[in-house]
Amino acid sequence: MRRITALVMCTLFACLSTNLLVAGETDSTLSEAPEIAPVRAELNGADTTWMLVSSALVLMMTAPGLALFYGGLVRKKNILGVMMQCIFLMGIMSVTWALWGFSLAFGSDVLGGFVGGGDYLLMKGLLLELSGDEVVAPMWGDSGLPAMVFMVFQGMFFIITPALICGAYAERMKFSSMVLFSILWGTVVYCPLAHWVWSDNGWLFTGKYEAYDFAGGTVVHISSGVSALLCAIMLGARRGFGTEPMPPHNLTYTCIGTALLWVGWFGFNAGSAGGANAAAANAFVATHLAAAAGVIAWACMEWGTRGKPSILGACSGAVAGLVCITPACGVVNPLSGMILGFAAGVFCFYACTNLKSKFGYDDSLDAFGVHGMGGALGALLTGVFASSAVGGPEVSGLIDGNVNQFINQVISVFAAGAWALVGSFVLLKIVDALLGLRVSEDDEIKGLDLSQHGEEGYIFL
Amino acid sequence: MKKLEAIIRHFKLEDVKNGLSEAGIQGMTVSEVRGFGRQKGHKETYRGAEYTVDFLPKVKIEVVVADDLVDKVVEIITNSARTGQIGDGKIFITALADVVRIRTGETGAEAI
Repeated sequence: MRRITALVMCTLFACLSTNLLVAGETDSTLSEAPEIAPVRAELNGADTTWMLVSSALVLMMTAPGLALFYGGLVRKKNILGVMMQCIFLMGIMSVTWALWGFSLAFGSDVLGGFVGGGDYLLMKGLLLELSGDEVVAPMWGDSGLPAMVFMVFQGMFFIITPALICGAYAERMKFSSMVLFSILWGTVVYCPLAHWVWSDNGWLFTGKYEAYDFAGGTVVHISSGVSALLCAIMLGARRGFGTEPMPPHNLTYTCIGTALLWVGWFGFNAGSAGGANAAAANAFVATHLAAAAGVIAWACMEWGTRGKPSILGACSGAVAGLVCITPACGVVNPLSGMILGFAAGVFCFYACTNLKSKFGYDDSLDAFGVHGMGGALGALLTGVFASSAVGGPEVSGLIDGNVNQFINQVISVFAAGAWALVGSFVLLKIVDALLGLRVSEDDEIKGLDLSQHGEEGYIFL
Repeated sequence: MKKLEAIIRHFKLEDVKNGLSEAGIQGMTVSEVRGFGRQKGHKETYRGAEYTVDFLPKVKIEVVVADDLVDKVVEIITNSARTGQIGDGKIFITALADVVRIRTGETGAEAI
């Protein structure tokens, strides 16, 4: 580590600067980078450590976290189908991200800022290099992180986002179609969104329409939630939906998965601070309290309306709280976080019970009800509770009288939702034409475990 | 020879097993089963979706005894499995044609 730190020198940086985001230092575009005086970027050991740990935590959210959370909710003939979706997405989304996804999301503007360019295709400019007789790591701007660390951290978000959509088409989507849809969705829907919201000059990141999205309320939760709703509607309901009982087959798994998601979310949110700093501390505590308030809110809603608080309700409340605090945790304090979590518990409870039954769509595991609705609520409440004490002197929200910020949050919700809706619609049509979206009726009755993978989750021996 | 199939409550299994062992019954087979009789099912709610569960979980004990022991075994099971509430279960008694011990090939009462 010391050796690498000592070696990240300006001469080296000059060689690599065409591939690094140094736009924050000047107003020049990247193509003019050779004119910029070399930046001396030092690797910060504490920040790098936290970001490596956070990356691992976010990966843990997809599997085992989400795999168990969703796995417990399906019928037992489909548990491997769900687990395979999560594990396989870890495979293909990681590779997609490294080869072109990261570049499309975080490369310099092309198409008028619609998407990132090819700066980092095939991890160009991110890999360790030999300079003289020393191995050096290209740094990510002035973040103090090796560029590779930033790339892999963001990659974990790229994995979990399509995995969240699995909840909507669970128990009926063809595996091959799921794979193709996820690769296309990541490339066409996620990458542009991430570019708008998180790249240094994205239109939702800076300027007139700047919206706060600290850790992915729009990019991850609204986009996946809205796409999930569309999947549920376009694939149609599961066979027997509404007539046959479809209770969760193992809520023990769901509970374990929830606990893993909760822990992993510390990497997701506090890791989005980009280092081991005060923003990370605030995000961590706000995240935790939002989840806690969510548990209480949803379980108490059930207690009050149905007589009993359920474990599934408590778990759903935790996830709803976590979703809601995601965009906010960099600009609201933990007490506001508690309010967000509580609001999410109540709001998503109604979204998953009343709203779903009213419209009759089969969002099997409530990906839209929790992530879409919770994400939208979080984005809006971020615009209400944003505070300069947390986000810095330029940050304020509706309670401080900043109406414009709230409007920007509304715009970001609709921009993300609309893009996800249009993109997903086109992609689902394409995949449907190429491969078909659903498994055959026989295969659906048999279950995805046997029909798609030739295995069984529970074997009697 | 008779085969007795007793459907009982889960938490009574230990009492029934002990009662039968004390009476000299040397073997039994136990399985988890579901079904319903007069005891009503219940409702379960998952995120607002309500399901009525008619098939209630019970434990089934199968035990094979010589004819002269049937009354005694029935008495042991009824006494140790009874709570007095609906849902205590039932005992089905059937005549058994034969029994074979696989290891030795013994048949009939010898094989029980």
